[in-house]
Amino acid sequence: MGYLARQLAGRTDPAPDAGWEEAPERKGFFTDTSICIGCKACEVACKEWNALPLDGLGLSGNSYDNTGGLGASTWRHVAFVEQSKDRILEARASGRRLVDLGMPQVGAPSPAPSPSATPSLPPAPEGHGPDLRDLLAAANGAGTEETAYPGGGEVTAAEVSAMGAPLPDFRWLMASDVCKHCTHAGCLDVCPTGALFRSEHGTVVVQADVCNGCGYCVGACPFGVIERRTDSAVSVRADGHVPDVGVAQKCTLCYDRLTDGQTPACAQTCPTTSIRFGTREEMVALARARVAQLHEQGFTEARLYGANDDDGVGGTGSVFLLLDEPEVYGLPPDPVVPTARLAEMFRTAGIAGLGLLGAAAVAFLGRRP
Amino acid sequence: MTTSRFDSYRPPEDGPRRRRRTSVRDAVTGAARDVVQGGRSWLDRDGGGRREAPAVPDAEFVDYYGQPVIKPVPWKHEIPAYLFLGGVAAGSGLIAAGAAATGRPGLRRSSRLTAMTAVALSGATLVADLGRPERFLNMLRTVKLTSPMSVGTWILSGYAAFAGAATAAEVSRMVPLPATGPLAVARTALGVVEAPATVGQALFAPPLAAYTAVLLSDTVTPVWFESRRQLPFVFVASAAMASAGVQLALGPGRTGPVQRLAVLGAATDLVATHRLEQHLEGLELREPLETGPAGRKLRLAKALTVAGGLGALGARRSRALAVASGVALAAASALTRFGIVEAGLESARDPRYTVGPQRRRLEERRARGAVHDSITTVG
Ligand code: SF4
Ligand code: SF4
Repeated sequence: MGYLARQLAGRTDPAPDAGWEEAPERKGFFTDTSICIGCKACEVACKEWNALPLDGLGLSGNSYDNTGGLGASTWRHVAFVEQSKDRILEARASGRRLVDLGMPQVGAPSPAPSPSATPSLPPAPEGHGPDLRDLLAAANGAGTEETAYPGGGEVTAAEVSAMGAPLPDFRWLMASDVCKHCTHAGCLDVCPTGALFRSEHGTVVVQADVCNGCGYCVGACPFGVIERRTDSAVSVRADGHVPDVGVAQKCTLCYDRLTDGQTPACAQTCPTTSIRFGTREEMVALARARVAQLHEQGFTEARLYGANDDDGVGGTGSVFLLLDEPEVYGLPPDPVVPTARLAEMFRTAGIAGLGLLGAAAVAFLGRRP
Repeated sequence: MTTSRFDSYRPPEDGPRRRRRTSVRDAVTGAARDVVQGGRSWLDRDGGGRREAPAVPDAEFVDYYGQPVIKPVPWKHEIPAYLFLGGVAAGSGLIAAGAAATGRPGLRRSSRLTAMTAVALSGATLVADLGRPERFLNMLRTVKLTSPMSVGTWILSGYAAFAGAATAAEVSRMVPLPATGPLAVARTALGVVEAPATVGQALFAPPLAAYTAVLLSDTVTPVWFESRRQLPFVFVASAAMASAGVQLALGPGRTGPVQRLAVLGAATDLVATHRLEQHLEGLELREPLETGPAGRKLRLAKALTVAGGLGALGARRSRALAVASGVALAAASALTRFGIVEAGLESARDPRYTVGPQRRRLEERRARGAVHDSITTVG
């Protein structure tokens, strides 16, 4: 594909396209939500390192999520989803359906998890609750009787063992969301001032001093990430000054830290290694290995988000492992960067413009005064 | 009304982020929990208060506490006003060129002045939206073909430059100037540039009228993005009828071409709007165009378009009718811009309109066997 054709859609390595010579390897995050404990350390570390103002204080009533979502002053956001057994079953089924559909995957699919998968689980740390291996063994060994789990009247043990992994009555999904640092970033493409740029690491960064606050990027992000900081923000600094009010702000993937060979603040602080940082290639490989492992253990609800370079944004720099459909976490199920259709839009507008010219000509044909 | 004994501990619900209309998640999770747990438990946060679960759960998709998936563009009324004024400027520029070419001095003068006024006002609304004049200049620091806003700023600037020269030439004829001296030289110079300026203005007019549709479509706002093949036609038709309407209203003796353009514009607008609605209907995105303030505006716009278009047919006979229909057409155009912008913003605020169409699109592709381009994979 030619240079121009690569610019709006499809597979590409963005940093060289942006003109970086000898760019370092593309960087990215892998956020494994299956091990997130919802501690929000990433949210706090991000706020601290980047000196982000406060959005305001309040309780949302949406489980433990009082942050609400990503925004101008929230560059990492932990979502909390409360799910009942029915929904878990649905998630598991929909994940299995993806395998059945023949979704791109590495290695051979392993549809029938056997009890032998159990020993591959790590033992629970001493004094930290039940051992997952015991739960699995209980589920798999329960024969045709009712499952040993309380409240499990709906699901027979046979079904549970078919899925291989224990089925709780209830679960929290906790997922740390962040800017996707898209291969084809809508925000970057439409910015009229060039305030948004592609860094040498393949990430997308805003220059606050160039941004004129038009807000166009806000409408072009398929993930609802970037936002203009409003003057209702509250300063985190002693002098009460709120920086960059009225300009677009979002995660920079800690551009300043990357420049010094450091790890982004959120990844560095994450106590469970739910947030990993590295080259995008490594991250995708890690993600694939992890989803394969979870599937093997019977957690068929596991799936990847953003690891596919053929998707509507050309793959994302931030890759996620999710345990349910994306929309459950407030993520779009089929995002498309709007500029992918830009040629079509300009062509249609051109035809309409010619039509206007023609209409005016027709109107003035007729009899002269 | 409280059905959960823990409801009294809930904080007051704040802000527009809490909006949820059909409460799809409520329906699904609420119903699921009811079945599983044989009744509502403390987990069921949706049990009481003002949020009612619909009787039939719509299991099409789940959302995240009714939060929007994408962010609406932070634009206020300046932007639809800008779209309207840009349309009036573009159409008036074409009328001015037509009038100049066919020797209609009265129409030429009034349409040039209208075009200049409209383009100056549209620049002012843009600056008002950005907050500071130097931000407009900041837009001109680069040319970016992937950004309709950058392209549009250049189109607007180019148009304004040609319109300025043509209007200056017009004004120099209107005011008495001395026969000699620098002002006379200036007038001669303007006389020389007048014709090229008129042509330039006419050539920049169609892009000025049409690019605003691309400006809206090149976002992820569901209604605008999915309108990308219909919106340009709606907008150019709207520009034609608005500018012709303004000329109809401005004074007598402006019938003929202006009348034809008004009728042509109104008819095209009705057809294009209808096609747009049909298209969005198929995507289940028509609702934002029909409900709320946007729906009211668009319905009124349609009525005014029909009335104005019919009135324009008889504008030659009655001066009052000409003024009334001209005003009606201009108002219809303004209402169309405001309605489309508001409907788009509404479609961005409600996750139903983001997730629903995307989900359907995805499922259709999967049903066809295309799984290579999904953002969700299992490996
Ligand atoms: S997720 Fe949004 S803000 Fe982040 S790079 Fe992609 S388009 Fe830009
Ligand atoms: S708000 Fe700033 S960063 Fe966003 S498109 Fe406008 S100028 Fe660019």
